[in-house]
Amino acid sequence: MLHGADRLVLMANQIARAYAVEGEERAVRQTASHIQKFWEPRMRDAITAFVKETGGKGLDEYALKAVGALKPSRINPALGA
Amino acid sequence: MALIKEIDYGTPAAKSEKMVTLIIDDTEITVPEGTSIMRAAMEMGTTIPKLCATDMLDSFGSCRLCLVEIEGRNGTPASCTTPVAPGIKVKTQTQRLKDIRKGVMELYISDHPLDCLTCPANGDCELEDMAGAVGLRDVRYGYEGENHVFKKMDGVANDLYIGKDESNPYFTYDPAKCIVCNRCVRACEEVQGTFALTISGRGFDSRVSAGMNEDFLASECVSCGACVQACPTATLSEKALIEIGQPEHSHITTCAYCGVGCSFKAEMRGEEVVRMVPWKDGKANRGHSCVKGRFAYGYATHRDRIMKPMVRDKITDPWRETTWEEAIGRVASEFKRIQGQYGRRSVGGITSSRCTNEESFLVQKLIRAGFGTNNVDTCARVCHSPTGYGLKTTFGESAGTQDFDSVEDTDVVLIIGCNPTDGHPVFASRMKKRLREGAKLIVIDPRRTDMVRSPHIEADYHLPLQPGTNVAVVTALAHVIVTEGLVDEKFVNERCEVEEYKEWAAFVADPSHSPEATAEYTGLDPKEVRAAARLFATGGNGAIYYGLGVTEHSQGSTTVLAIANLAMATGNIGRPGVGVNPLRGQNNVQGACDMGSFPHELTAYRHVSDDTARALFEVEWGRPLDPEPGLRIPNMLDAAVEGTFKALYIEGEDILQSDPNTTHVSAGLAAMECVVVQDLFLNETANYAHVFLPGCTFLEKDGTFTNAERRVQRVTKVMAPKNGYADWEVTQLIAQALGLNWNYKHAGEILDEIARLTPTFTNISFKKLEEMGSVQWPCNDETPEGMPIMHIEEFTRGKGKFVMTEYVPTDERTGSRFPLILTTGRILSHYNVGAQTRRTANVEWHPEDRLEIHPHDAEVRGVNDGDWVRLDSRAGTTALRALITDRVATGVVYTTFHHPTTQANVITTDFSDWATNCPEYKVTAVQVSKSNGPTDYQDDYDEFSRKSRRIAEPVKEAAE
Repeated sequence: MLHGADRLVLMANQIARAYAVEGEERAVRQTASHIQKFWEPRMRDAITAFVKETGGKGLDEYALKAVGALKPSRINPALGA
Repeated sequence: MALIKEIDYGTPAAKSEKMVTLIIDDTEITVPEGTSIMRAAMEMGTTIPKLCATDMLDSFGSCRLCLVEIEGRNGTPASCTTPVAPGIKVKTQTQRLKDIRKGVMELYISDHPLDCLTCPANGDCELEDMAGAVGLRDVRYGYEGENHVFKKMDGVANDLYIGKDESNPYFTYDPAKCIVCNRCVRACEEVQGTFALTISGRGFDSRVSAGMNEDFLASECVSCGACVQACPTATLSEKALIEIGQPEHSHITTCAYCGVGCSFKAEMRGEEVVRMVPWKDGKANRGHSCVKGRFAYGYATHRDRIMKPMVRDKITDPWRETTWEEAIGRVASEFKRIQGQYGRRSVGGITSSRCTNEESFLVQKLIRAGFGTNNVDTCARVCHSPTGYGLKTTFGESAGTQDFDSVEDTDVVLIIGCNPTDGHPVFASRMKKRLREGAKLIVIDPRRTDMVRSPHIEADYHLPLQPGTNVAVVTALAHVIVTEGLVDEKFVNERCEVEEYKEWAAFVADPSHSPEATAEYTGLDPKEVRAAARLFATGGNGAIYYGLGVTEHSQGSTTVLAIANLAMATGNIGRPGVGVNPLRGQNNVQGACDMGSFPHELTAYRHVSDDTARALFEVEWGRPLDPEPGLRIPNMLDAAVEGTFKALYIEGEDILQSDPNTTHVSAGLAAMECVVVQDLFLNETANYAHVFLPGCTFLEKDGTFTNAERRVQRVTKVMAPKNGYADWEVTQLIAQALGLNWNYKHAGEILDEIARLTPTFTNISFKKLEEMGSVQWPCNDETPEGMPIMHIEEFTRGKGKFVMTEYVPTDERTGSRFPLILTTGRILSHYNVGAQTRRTANVEWHPEDRLEIHPHDAEVRGVNDGDWVRLDSRAGTTALRALITDRVATGVVYTTFHHPTTQANVITTDFSDWATNCPEYKVTAVQVSKSNGPTDYQDDYDEFSRKSRRIAEPVKEAAE
């Protein structure tokens, strides 16, 4: 059973591999967009932190670049963090 | 409401557009060419006596009761087999006809028991009606001659007499009452397509026989009930009808089992269901049913049902029954405490595809508006989430493109990864009918399912692919179509994004995607793949039907994309007979998805980051909403194990049994501080719950379900909720306890709110459904009557989008330790985790899950049929009994997951679809070996379940 960062790395790689056929520019953009749209903020924060700590150990090239391209979470001020 | 009785026109409607005018009994009537005289007469309100005719079946012409006279023609032709002709003059009642009919009835009655007063059909017997209609007053032949009625004649056994067959748990066959009209035999053939019944013997010896003179239960009979419905006498009668008596009123409602969404008449006596009879005007099922919807509703009154709310502090404690006030108060205070302690996003909810649209809508509203988080998901996550993703991407709408009627115009049926005769039996019957009429069939499935070969059905091509290679196979089909010049260029140029098409065509044309190059891992004969591709591209209207064998893979979404590509490249979109048709597992998968149950989207598939859409909801609900997506079910469990997710409200879903990798699910649940389960029974998930809120069945509440054709249909309350509240009311109680101002008086008001917020539902209301019976969304000002077929002029997204689909093998690999591939599926008599069907007599057909294994694989392991075998995967171990069959290929084993003791999901891994996290149930590398019985885990789990289901005795008040 995979936990934490290992699982997120696997998931990010799966997404990047699905888009890899589109070529680097599109694959990275679409992987980043996919993660932005479907991953809950704490998952995105966790993989961003993982990349900062380890340099992205285990992440495919496109997945690593996609994580670098993630935008920060949006916050609804009426709800707070 | 009175008892609903559909008019029986005697023969099916003719489809011709050419009209014919004739005169019946001096009245002029105009009907479509091909209509029978019997039907034409009925349309003008004249009932011609009949026994062997009914409009669910083709005319047969055997009972000789429906005779008429036609001016200028000889004799007395049967009105059921004689079509109308221009200008003919028909008489339905003359002295000659009266005499013949009376004579015919005398013969029938001379071999029929006269126990009418105590007969179950009393009040609903066509034979009795006809005796009345022809004025039968006397039977000149007496009852002393040869007959099938009496067990003994003059103290001597009557060899012609056959006793009752009561083997089927739901209906009886009483040959003594049979008039050999053949309606049951024809229903089994024409409507159900099973061919289990026949007439054995000839002349006076003719008797209805199941299989080879077997009893019904032992025969091929699938207990769909079509024969019982067709029977004009009490020969085939529901056991419940025999026990209770004739119903006095009925309500139209929708079955709560699979995604076909059959319409039923719930026939009632007071609040007691006498029987469920398929409604002929139901557009999903057209008057047909299966063993589940027709008969397996007894779980509603099963003794295991929990009727009182229960709470406990720790999951090791026994349950304590309590009041609704305390239970609801506990949920509200715990969720508030947990949010205060661990943050807003530490709580969430799961809606269910078994619940109504209104219930799913309220649960997601509670989570989003009440708790301010988008941590809401639905069990569609684990079945059809890739469908939503794939079809939205390519066509612009997360739904199937057709209605079920469409199959009547299909020339080539392509089935991939579904087993309709078991999973979607009522639609399968309609599909089989079309196949018997000559449509071609391609089946892509690792198993030789019943669709591949069964009576009068044979697939032109069966491609038994290696599980996990769907993308490679569908892309190989596209390769053949593109490289052999079979693309519908006109459709592609007019309807699709041409640049993307060109890129895609170049991609699939690459030799690496050819059937020859991919054969190594798909295991398919390239010649067969090529021939199947040619047939699909050139055989006329091609329709693709698919199921969970497509979606439940690590490349589930990619296969859906590949299927959409294939439909577009062959021009098979936007008219009857074609299309992409996901067969949904549960009754309301489509609806649960439509209702905004996914963590990233609001109703009508609008992303939560869409400021305009979110603002609409914020205004309607008066609450701020989170613009970021929430956690999906597997993510919730991960977050729970990591300690950041602490409370979960689950309505109508048993994630512990149905979700993959049981140990992962239980670890997640065990790490939470408040698990709330709202269900009919103490399900497996409830073993980890702190609050149990009793739910109610579809018979006890109002609402709507949306079936696989996007058809929104009413669910009608036919009895008061046995637990006290409809499920939507329970969710409302929680909302109110949290201080939210919810005041729905009726489920219809919730649907009105959905319509206000959802562009595809704008004109849908209870009133509209009452008027139309049902409606297929989108239903708004542009399409006020709904849309049976989508993407007719253009795709919802404008131009169709081709997406390149590279085959990426799953990370789940076979090897020396785990050399076999396990795939999972369903069986006709059971539904999903079996919580409902296991609590009915359906267990007589399938008392346990078995492991299907090929004789070769069994032999090398020394496994005999019926032996206990141990099943090991990287995730876990379980044991079950083997079933040796060559339906599975060598290297592949198969099981169902209807029984909790099987623990099939202890074996499945937590690999999942790349786009949606839909679990990869269909591919698990395993090893099979002989064993003595259940594993220690299974025994321990049984013990654990037993303990966690304890309910403490109520504390007695001390005597004064």
